[in-house]
Amino acid sequence: MDINELLEPFVRMLDAAAAPATVRAIEHGGSPDALWSEIAESGFLDALVAEEHGGAGLSLAGIEPLIEALGARAVPLPVAETMLARAVLAQEGITAPEGPIVLVTSMTQPVPCGLVAKAALVDCGDELVLCDMAQLSPAPTGVTNGLAARISGTPDGIRLPRPASGLRAIAAVLRAALIAGAAARLCDVTTAYASERVQFGKPIGRQQSLQQMLALMAEDMIACRIAAQLGASQGIGPSLATAATAKITTSAAAPRIAASAHAVHGAIGISEEYDLQLLTRRLHEWRLADGSEGYWSQVLGAARLASPQPTVDWIRETVFA
Amino acid sequence: MFDTLTLAQLPPEDEALRPAVRAFIERHIAAIPLDRRARSWQGFSAEFSRALGEAGFLGLTLPKAYGGHGKGPFARFVVVEELLTAGAPVAAHWIADRQSAPLLLNFGTEAQRQKHIPAICRGEQLFCIGMSEPGSGSDLASVRTRAERTEKGWVVNGQKIWTTNAMHSDYMIALIRTSGTSADRQAGLSQLIIDLKAPGVTVRPIVDLTGDAHFAEVFFENVELGEDALVGAEGEGWKQVVAELAFERSGPERIYSSAVLLDAWIRHLQAVGRSDCAALVGRLTAELATLRAMSIACTARLVAGESPVVEASIVKDRGTGFEQELPLVIGDDLAAHPDEAVSEELYRTLLYVTHIAPSFSLRGGTREILRGIIARGMGLR
Repeated sequence: MDINELLEPFVRMLDAAAAPATVRAIEHGGSPDALWSEIAESGFLDALVAEEHGGAGLSLAGIEPLIEALGARAVPLPVAETMLARAVLAQEGITAPEGPIVLVTSMTQPVPCGLVAKAALVDCGDELVLCDMAQLSPAPTGVTNGLAARISGTPDGIRLPRPASGLRAIAAVLRAALIAGAAARLCDVTTAYASERVQFGKPIGRQQSLQQMLALMAEDMIACRIAAQLGASQGIGPSLATAATAKITTSAAAPRIAASAHAVHGAIGISEEYDLQLLTRRLHEWRLADGSEGYWSQVLGAARLASPQPTVDWIRETVFA
Repeated sequence: MFDTLTLAQLPPEDEALRPAVRAFIERHIAAIPLDRRARSWQGFSAEFSRALGEAGFLGLTLPKAYGGHGKGPFARFVVVEELLTAGAPVAAHWIADRQSAPLLLNFGTEAQRQKHIPAICRGEQLFCIGMSEPGSGSDLASVRTRAERTEKGWVVNGQKIWTTNAMHSDYMIALIRTSGTSADRQAGLSQLIIDLKAPGVTVRPIVDLTGDAHFAEVFFENVELGEDALVGAEGEGWKQVVAELAFERSGPERIYSSAVLLDAWIRHLQAVGRSDCAALVGRLTAELATLRAMSIACTARLVAGESPVVEASIVKDRGTGFEQELPLVIGDDLAAHPDEAVSEELYRTLLYVTHIAPSFSLRGGTREILRGIIARGMGLR
């Protein structure tokens, strides 16, 4: 299928249902139910579920642009996570619960969108457990407008086999695609702002110093997109090396992209009513979720050092496998 | 923004070239020490290039009718990746194979193609590119070397400088003013093929800070050229050069210049059994893997028949930044362990790459010029 046949209706649905005002309302504690219904009714939640289980049977690489679209709109629900969880559950013949599902890859770190989830798929180290969110006693982190939740307790529910590289690897790939989407939108709006905002009698985007900064931002944005696509290229069971590459590149770029976007926008960019902050706050949240660039660099570096192969050979056979 | 630059894969039929080129490289470079291999595409060996041509690894993207192999840019990516990561001395054929032959194929006459392309594919005709002049670096449109029409062709006067491998080359394809003045900027520039053995040509090698002489200054004093020296249309030189630079800037040579050093450092870490820098190794590995994917994505635009000028600038700017960071962080890591012995070969390789690294973001367009090109692609100028 041509990706645009998939992407256009999805983007149309998101633009109508998840406008910035809706995103803010949910962040302020409003109910996410109406937005979730729109997304669920669109049928996209089962995009990754195999056809024999009633899904669309699409590959993760095939729907990666959809995840980018979610990131670009700062959608305040765990849509990509739910798509992944539903595919994993269907593989095991388990009927997914209704409502948003988060992926829990650490019991001690805040879980993005944990406050608006109904269920959780938890990596318990030796197996995965599907449980009601309530079992994990989700609590606010105290960060203003944040939807991440602190969790506690011991998850008890349906048990299923843990994928070879754990839940964290695939969760990292989803984060990478979300970061890539937000990065693309930030590049667009920041370039547009630089072309409109006039100082010293001309658009600030005519200043060479800004042009150089924005060119770097575009390079980071492209690196994020391609790293996320590389991460998604191995489907829902990526190797640790591939997931690590995707998350290291996007997590390292995320703060630089956020910083450049704010630097170009000036004071208005940090105001609550301006939409920029919806995206830049998420870049920082996604960078830290499911392993930062530091965590994954340790994982990737240890694997690299264990091999006698030359670097590019090793990269070709593991990351690009 | 830049929506077509997306993940692409090397096709299996091009990947299939890899074992043969690896075997060839191993046979030919086993005896070359690391700090020589670190010269990467500035390592010169006419003998190696001729052997490479004979083995069928030159002119991969050129038509069979001209002695090439009729394959695409992905095939060239595979072969070039193997050559560069091994540190093979590829300088002799590099410019001819990468730029000059495709330029002649696109814009040259049938006679020019016949005269040069088959010999380039055999690794026998070496080319250099005459762009910079004493007064023209990044501002290339200001070149002042002139060619005047004569009854038999052209007469050239002027000077080029920083010309890579001019002293080893048979021909230069030079950007020259054929009408108007510097005030006319890009208008009135043409590309001419100059036989460097012609009377009136003087080539003087310039020694660089590492002791190598890989570039030169070239003087033209009433150098007479035939009608057939002109490449493409008179006055179209600028447009042709821009298309050519997309080839120069998009290749994997913009990410692998320090690959020999990276591998040498990792072998050192493995030999001394140290893993305290695993996070650094991991970060560099991820960056290189992402750059490789970006370079393949850019190659896919060449395969699609485009001239990815902006995309190539994105990959080159990011790639050279990585190449320049490597010797600095590796140097810091080694010197952070003062009681750990470092082999002389690794030390020489580290210092060679450290010293030559500034050139990575000068050759083929400076960092600032490339970012200007990207900004133009973003609609900012």
